[in-house]
This record gives sequence, structure tokens and C-alpha cells, in this order.
Amino acid sequence: MALTDILPDILFYGFAALTLLCGVLVVANPFSRSPVTSAMFLVLTIISMAGLFVLLHAFFLAAVQIIVYAGAVIVLFLFVIMLLDLKEEQRRKIKLFGLVGGLVSVGAIAAISLKALKATQPGANLPAPQIEGGTAALGRLLFTQYVLPFEVVSILLLVAMVGVILLSKKDLK
Amino acid sequence: MHVGLEQYLTVSFLLFALGLLGVIMRRNLLVIYMSLELMLNAANLALVSFSRFNNNLNGQILVFFIITVAAAEVAVGLALIVALYRKRQSAHVEDLTSMKL
Repeated sequence: MALTDILPDILFYGFAALTLLCGVLVVANPFSRSPVTSAMFLVLTIISMAGLFVLLHAFFLAAVQIIVYAGAVIVLFLFVIMLLDLKEEQRRKIKLFGLVGGLVSVGAIAAISLKALKATQPGANLPAPQIEGGTAALGRLLFTQYVLPFEVVSILLLVAMVGVILLSKKDLK
Repeated sequence: MHVGLEQYLTVSFLLFALGLLGVIMRRNLLVIYMSLELMLNAANLALVSFSRFNNNLNGQILVFFIITVAAAEVAVGLALIVALYRKRQSAHVEDLTSMKL
């Protein structure tokens, strides 16, 4: 088998492992409880997920993922973390009941969904994928079929902006 | 093994479970928020892989909208957390029990 055939698969396993590993370190880092570390590993998760998007030929979304998430959202997170100056948060310990209950319920949900995936085999009889999520294709769809949701989202962003300005005023009533 | 829809969906499910675990387990509001972002990203991955393997671009449009709404949601949520911190001097869910019976 030629290398060009097997390279996407190798890259998939690499990016998937990196995504899940960094996801674990966001949620439960054994070395540090600080939110800054979680935010940094969230950046790594998002960047490796953008790699997965490229492997799925969603090039525009990979770029948006890096620009919006890694660029804007995480910077906002870090800004708020620095603003709040959370030092004493690190000392609290995780409650045992919450840990066990959370692990059991989440494990059950993961097991059920993976079992359902194995039982239904949604990708079994699909034709070979050939769409390309480039900017041109996505933009054409966005400004023809989805032009109304697009405009509604712009209003949503405006509302969110007004709400944030109101919330961050000094004397909140 | 050739990578198909199942492999991508497996990664998406596992990432969603991780985010849910973070929301249940962690007690810091900011980390809970980051775990929510993980769950949103897991849903995005599932949508993009469905879109790719079903030869249909609509899933990617939906992901585009989800990313936009998530950005707005993060801005509002973090403003709420800052306002809450000003009032209570804490970003810890166990200190925010004024609505508890």
C-alpha cells in the first residue's frame, strides 16, 4: 500500500489521540488544578480538532475553529482568569461522591453510545466521500439557502454584545 | 483498519463524555465552562464527520452557526461569572447556594 493511502489514517489516529489526551488534561490534570493549565490544554484540544477537520476536508471550518476558538474564546477565558485572580481555588479537593457518581454515569453514557454505534454501523453502506468544505462551497450555501439564519445570527451577536456591556457595568441592579 | 465514520464518531462520543465528566466533577465555574466547550466541540466533530461521509454540506453550515453561537455564549457567560465574582468573591459552585432550599 502506498504511503499516500495510509497517511490520512495515521494522521487521524495521531490527531484523535492528541485530542482525547488534551481533553483529559483539561478536565482532570493530575499535576495542576489551576484554570490556566486547563485553558492551555483546551487550546491544544481545539488545534488538534482543527487537524481532524482538515482530514474531513472541512478546510473553512478548520480555519474558523482556530481563529474563533483558539484565537478569541480562549483569550477571553484567559483574560477572565487573570481578572478574577483565582488563587485559593486550587486548594479545594474534589469530593469522592461526586467523583464516583460522575465517573459511573459518564462511563454508562459513553458505553451506551459506543454500543449503539457498534450495533447500528451508520457508515457501513455509504458511498465514497467526495464533498469539499472549502470557502467557496460553504459561502455559496450560506448566502443562498441559509441567508435568513445568517442574518438572525448577526442579530444574536448584537444582542450578546449589548448584554455583555450591560452585565459588566459597575453598579449592576 | 480503514478510518470511516465510526472512528470519527467514537472520538466525538469520548470527547463528549469527557466534557460531561468535567461538568459533573469539577467545582470551578471556569473549568465547568471549558468542559462545556469540549462538549460543543464534540458535537461539532460529529456533525462534520456526518457531513463528510453523507456527501452533504448542510452539517458544516450547522457547525458554522454553532461556533458563532458558542462564541456569543462564552462572552455572555464569562460576563455573568465576572459579575457573580464581584458580588460573592468566589467562582466556586459550592459557594453559590442562595437558591438552594
